[in-house]
Formats: sequence, structure tokens, C-alpha cells
Amino acid sequence: MKTILTVNGKQHEVGHDSRRTLLDTLRDDLGLQGTKKGCDHGQCGACTVLLNGERVNSCLCLTAMHEGDEITTIEGIGSPERLSALQKAFVEKDGYQCGYCTPGQIMSATAMLKEISEGAPSYVSDDLGAPHLSDEEMAERMSGNLCRCSAYPLIREAIAMAAEVKK
Amino acid sequence: MRPFDYFRATATGDAAMASGQIIAGGTNLLDLMKIQVVNPETLVDITRIEGLSEIVCHGDGLRIGALVTNTALAHDTRVRAGWPLLSRAILAGASAQIRNKATTGGNLLQRTRCPYFYDTSQPCNKRTPGEGCAAQGGSGRMLAIFGTSEHCLAAHPSDMAVALTALQAEVEIRARKGDLRRIPIQQLYREPGDRPDRDTVLEAGDIITAVILPAPLIGSRQVYRKVRDRASYAFGLVSVAAAIEMEGDTIMRAHLSYGSVAPHPWTDDAVAEMLEGQAASDALFANVADALISEGAPHPDTEYKRTLLRRTFIATLRQLTVLADRSGTDIARTQA
Ligand SMILES: Cc1cc2nc3c(=O)[nH]c(=O)nc-3n(C[C@H](O)[C@H](O)[C@H](O)COP(=O)(O)OP(=O)(O)OC[C@H]3O[C@@H](n4cnc5c(N)ncnc54)[C@H](O)[C@@H]3O)c2cc1C
Ligand code: SF4
Ligand code: FES
Ligand code: FES
Repeated sequence: MKTILTVNGKQHEVGHDSRRTLLDTLRDDLGLQGTKKGCDHGQCGACTVLLNGERVNSCLCLTAMHEGDEITTIEGIGSPERLSALQKAFVEKDGYQCGYCTPGQIMSATAMLKEISEGAPSYVSDDLGAPHLSDEEMAERMSGNLCRCSAYPLIREAIAMAAEVKK
Repeated sequence: MRPFDYFRATATGDAAMASGQIIAGGTNLLDLMKIQVVNPETLVDITRIEGLSEIVCHGDGLRIGALVTNTALAHDTRVRAGWPLLSRAILAGASAQIRNKATTGGNLLQRTRCPYFYDTSQPCNKRTPGEGCAAQGGSGRMLAIFGTSEHCLAAHPSDMAVALTALQAEVEIRARKGDLRRIPIQQLYREPGDRPDRDTVLEAGDIITAVILPAPLIGSRQVYRKVRDRASYAFGLVSVAAAIEMEGDTIMRAHLSYGSVAPHPWTDDAVAEMLEGQAASDALFANVADALISEGAPHPDTEYKRTLLRRTFIATLRQLTVLADRSGTDIARTQA
């Protein structure tokens, strides 16, 4: 079957088996290997991309279901010459050890900062009201991204730094 | 994954006639298809059907389309103000990424997390009735303590459904031929009996089209308290959904449901009756908690859930009534 997707602003028509996941399409058909496969079952967040602006696990998306959708991957938010604020902050703060979870962390954090700015509550937000970027809020909101190297404190520092830059 | 035909429905009628397995967010179904626990020949994508993604006012309540995402529902300002218990319960589940895809209908119909259900090398009556149950004699700390049968001890994992049960929501179902029916959410789920493969009363061709929330419980205090192995992104071990209406120190109405302890969100009318009309006190809560857990656990590994449920129940009621400091972060009072 065939599906038309817009990935990082560029339209692609991909031919694929009905079983193809969005993650495999991105990595194997489009060569965008920044998006990682950790568990392939929604449990680690390494495959996080933006689907029409919202963060999702691409391993739990069927390519066939995303006709016409817009996908943003880590390759789409910055380049080695022009890093995004979050990418810069991860480098600056050493927000990783092995780096395998990092593209997923950065994609997830990109969406998370937008969610906070839109007033989205989390499980730990007082009264489900206007959230602020505390360490507790960050830990809760980023819990869908595991880091086997346990770089969590530095990941949170990097996110906090990028949030300051954006203000 | 086994090969399947993919069909994109554009109307509920098409989806019902396609006689395949419905896929919405796919966050549960794809997972199960990858490990070949569910092997549909035809997958019917309902995500492009119009009119199922809205939350609209319905009398004093709300009508939530089956395709409304868990995120959209938890964030809705009406839900946050009038049914804060529901927002909390949804936000207590899964991760932001999963909640962005997961739908209202799919969340209600997600399958158990019993590890043997996922392991096709082990017998499981929920996968294949009559095959046996590997959990019995195996390890089972995620299993249920109430409402089980000798054929299956599995628990229902949804957090959202527990809140919807306490809030007495209804589920709207469209049958293959087009007639709509509406049932209380408790009647959606079946007792496992000797057919634990059938989680719900849905028949072939039935589609959940909406969930209906009744009018908010104005002035009630609401909490969703979930206990799990880690602070976030983990299924519950036990949970308590509670909405309490008080006059002074007296509990007027108690709307309660318990999660991860039964094949469906658990309720116990006797417990609510023991609380209603009584002044809140530690002695009352201890008595009622003992009544709630009076049954023995059907598996030695879940014996701990009785103690945990007892303590969680008491802590929740103390938090909601006069006995504990009211400034807890997860209490919300419904607004008009
Ligand atoms: C790592 C991980 C952690 C999780 N943690 C939690 C947690 O802590 N708490 C929690 O509650 N949940 C948790 N979940 C489960 C998650 O909430 C469910 O996967 C999700 O809600 C399912 O919704 P969906 O739309 O993706 O369903 P799908 O996967 O699309 O479908 C699920 C089932 O429902 C059927 N279906 C879907 N829509 C309809 C409809 N409208 N009518 C009839 N049938 C329909 C499908 O045929 C399928 O059988 C977790 C999931 C993962 C992967
Ligand atoms: S408890 Fe139920 S789901 Fe688990 S192995 Fe037994 S039959 Fe299967
Ligand atoms: S690879 Fe998708 S969540 Fe782990
Ligand atoms: S840096 Fe190694 S997994 Fe996160």
C-alpha cells in the first residue's frame, strides 16, 4: 500500500506493508535514523516524534493510519550547524551518557515546554491549574522517556536551561 | 505481526459492516498484535470518522466522543472544573505520549496486563478459553482480588474507567444495524466466568460512540489515589476514586470505585451505605475498610493488595473529610 506523509516539512509517498510502523518507515524507508527503537512497545519513549505537533511513540503508530499527517523528527528541529535551544542545552549540560534516549528526550521536551506554556495540567499540578516548570513537574511530564544511563538530573537541568532561553 | 487487510472507515456504518477489529489510538491493540496475542484479519481504522472527537454539553453533563484523546479529555476546562476526579485519573495513567494517542473508547476496552496473557508460550483462558490459566500456580502480584472466577484472576488496568465508574458515567454503543443504546459503565464489563476472553458485553459490529457524564457533583471533594511500583508511568497496584459530599462533619453521599483489584472497576454498595449519614471518624473508616476487604485473596501473591487497598481507602477518606490537612495537592473541589 501507499501512504503520503509530510516529514520535517517535506512530502513523501512511501510504499509499505500494512504492518509497517511509523518508526520503521522513518528509520528504514526514509533513512531518518535519529529516531531510536528501544522497546518497540510504548514503554521507553526513544521513538518519540511529533505527530501534527503532539508527542507520540512512533512505534505504536501504523504508517497506514497517518495519511496526510505531519511528522517532525529530531532531524527536523535543528541541525549540527543550527541546534535548537534544547539541543544546545543538552550539549551544554551533558544531558546524556550513551545518548541513545536523547533524540526521544529532546522531542518529548520540545512538546512538553509547549504543553506547559498552554497551561496543560499534569498529575502533580496543584488544583489542575496553571503549571510551572518545577523539577517535580518535569519529572512527571517526562516520565514517558526512560534513560537507562539514568542521566535524569542533567536532563532536567538541560530542559530548565532551554526553557529560560526561550523566555 | 501477522498480515492483515487495512480498511479506513469514514462513517460508523462502514466500520460496523467491515467486520474486522477496530483500531483507534492503537496503543494497546498494536502492542498485542506485535506479540501475536491478537491476530485480526482485517483492521478497521475508525480515526477518520467524523463526529466522534468532540466533547459537547449534554444537559448538565457532557457527551464525550469515543475518539476524544485521553489528553484532550483530561485537559478540557469543563472536565477540570466539574469532574476533576476524571482529569486526575487520566493523568495518573500511562505517559503524555500515550495519552496523546489513546482514545476514550480504546481506554475502556484495553486488555489486562496479566503477564501470562502476553506470553503465548503459556496457557491463558483469556486468550483461548479452556486452555488453562498459567497465573494459578505462577506469579501474580498484578492480579485481581475481587470478582474473579476459577478460570481467570486478571485485573482490568484502566485508571480512567475507575473514575468514570465512581462518576456514574454511561456508555453509548452503536450496534451493527445502527441502533444506539446506552448502558451504565458498570454494565459494560462482564464477569469472567468460564469465558474470560470476553471482557465486555459488546457484540460483533458494536462500536462505542460516546461516554456520557452526568451533571457534576457540585461542592463534592474528589480524589484519585493510585498506588504503583514507581511514581509515574506504571500501572496501578490499587487505586481509589472518590467523590464525597459532606455537610459539616457528616458524609452525605460517597461515590467510590476501586481500580486494579477486579476484572472491571470495582464498586461495593454496602461500603457507600455504611459511610452515608455518618460523621467522619477514624473508627468509622477502619470498620468500613474491613468490610471492603472481607473476602480473601484468590492468589497468594495478591494478599498484599488487601492490606494496600485497606490503607489506601482509609487515607483517601481521611484526605477528603475533616481528618486530614485539606491542602493536599491532589484534592479538587468541583465548581459550579
Ligand atoms: C507503556 C504503557 C503504559 C500504560 N499505562 C497505563 C496506565 O497506567 N493506566 C491506564 O489506564 N492505561 C495505561 N496504558 C494503556 C492505555 O491507556 C491504553 O493503551 C489506551 O487507553 C488504549 O486506547 P487506544 O485508543 O490506543 O486503543 P486501541 O489500542 O486502538 O484499542 C483497544 C481496544 O479497543 C477496541 N476499540 C477501540 N475503540 C473502540 C470503539 N470506539 N468501539 C469499539 N471498540 C473499540 C479495539 O478493537 C481494541 O480491542 C498504558 C499503555 C502502555 C503502552
Ligand atoms: S489470570 Fe486470566 S489473563 Fe492471566 S493467565 Fe489466567 S486466564 Fe490468562
Ligand atoms: S521504541 Fe517506542 S516507546 Fe520504546
Ligand atoms: S543517555 Fe543512555 S539511555 Fe539515556
